[in-house]
Amino acid sequence: MIVDPGLAAIAAVVLGVIAIALAVPVPIALARAAWPSRAPARALVLWQAIALAGGFSMIGALVGAGLALVPHHTLIGGIVIGTAVGLAGHLLGHLAATVLSVIRSRHRHRALLDLLTSPDPERPSTLILDAPTPVAYCLPQGFGSVTVLSRGLLDRLSPDELAAVVAHERAHLEQRHDIVLVAFRAWHSALPWFPIAARAAEEVAVLVELLADDRARRTIPDDVLARAIATVAAAPEGTLTDAGRPRPLSSTRDRVRRLVG
Amino acid sequence: MQALWDAGEPCSAYDLLPGLTATESGEPLAATTVLTVLGRLEKKGLVTADRSARPHRYVAVRSREDHVADLMHEVLGDAADRTAVLERFVGGVSAADADLLRRLLGDR
Repeated sequence: MIVDPGLAAIAAVVLGVIAIALAVPVPIALARAAWPSRAPARALVLWQAIALAGGFSMIGALVGAGLALVPHHTLIGGIVIGTAVGLAGHLLGHLAATVLSVIRSRHRHRALLDLLTSPDPERPSTLILDAPTPVAYCLPQGFGSVTVLSRGLLDRLSPDELAAVVAHERAHLEQRHDIVLVAFRAWHSALPWFPIAARAAEEVAVLVELLADDRARRTIPDDVLARAIATVAAAPEGTLTDAGRPRPLSSTRDRVRRLVG
Repeated sequence: MQALWDAGEPCSAYDLLPGLTATESGEPLAATTVLTVLGRLEKKGLVTADRSARPHRYVAVRSREDHVADLMHEVLGDAADRTAVLERFVGGVSAADADLLRRLLGDR
């Protein structure tokens, strides 16, 4: 393979600058911006673009640097290219491991659900859990995905508010938010020392909630959705115990403010 | 499982028969079917069998409340390695935010 080392060096520098920009200032700017709550879909696409482009440019920069070094410093050049391959393998490996872990966890949880819930007679792919704590959540499992509603929730919400909750969870499943969430979780687990990866995962989680809220808002009035969120959040069992560490972002408050304010 | 939980004491397949019906047809189940299901539950670790006397007696390993507590722990817990497994309608809320939201509810 004959690559002009000068060209490779230039490519390495350009990609390196891009990688550094995408690693720190760009994601920080996006995390601090106010517009994402008004256009969550766009922001989510942007986060994914940053993550992908960041990864590719980092690996590309290393490959370029390696190719530039190989003609005269073959060993070092080889090591640099090896690092690029290693990095790519590391990222892909963590993605695979995270996907497998999540699938296994969901499978285990589903076994518990099958034991403790009964199908909702009124809604397809929905299970009712006989428990007093008001919870609603979805378990993404491809075609077997289910939404879970507890009796405590059914007792506490009006039919409109319940419809809002169901619409929100359906949006998560239909829009396959779980794919994006797992990808960013894998990113974070591959780079645990990199705080931006953790921040990105948190931001994406919030955006996904806003997207699901936006879908619910198409058919349910804003104040009904806000009431549903507030009712579930205000239930005493919903708050964190002393053992739980507080979340750095209060997406719940932001979600309600966005609907009400 | 529900039948075993309701009984609250070790039961044989024959004890359980009267209370069980096939979900699709609504007809009573055969004892062999119940025994097969109990065998599967035993393999999953949900029931234990006492084979010291015939007919064998089965008992649930854990109460329904225990299982519900496990499930709630998974749903409400905040462990980092649980993220993205399921998507809750409302995530963990701090006590301060919960108060804020309660007041918001009260005003409307």
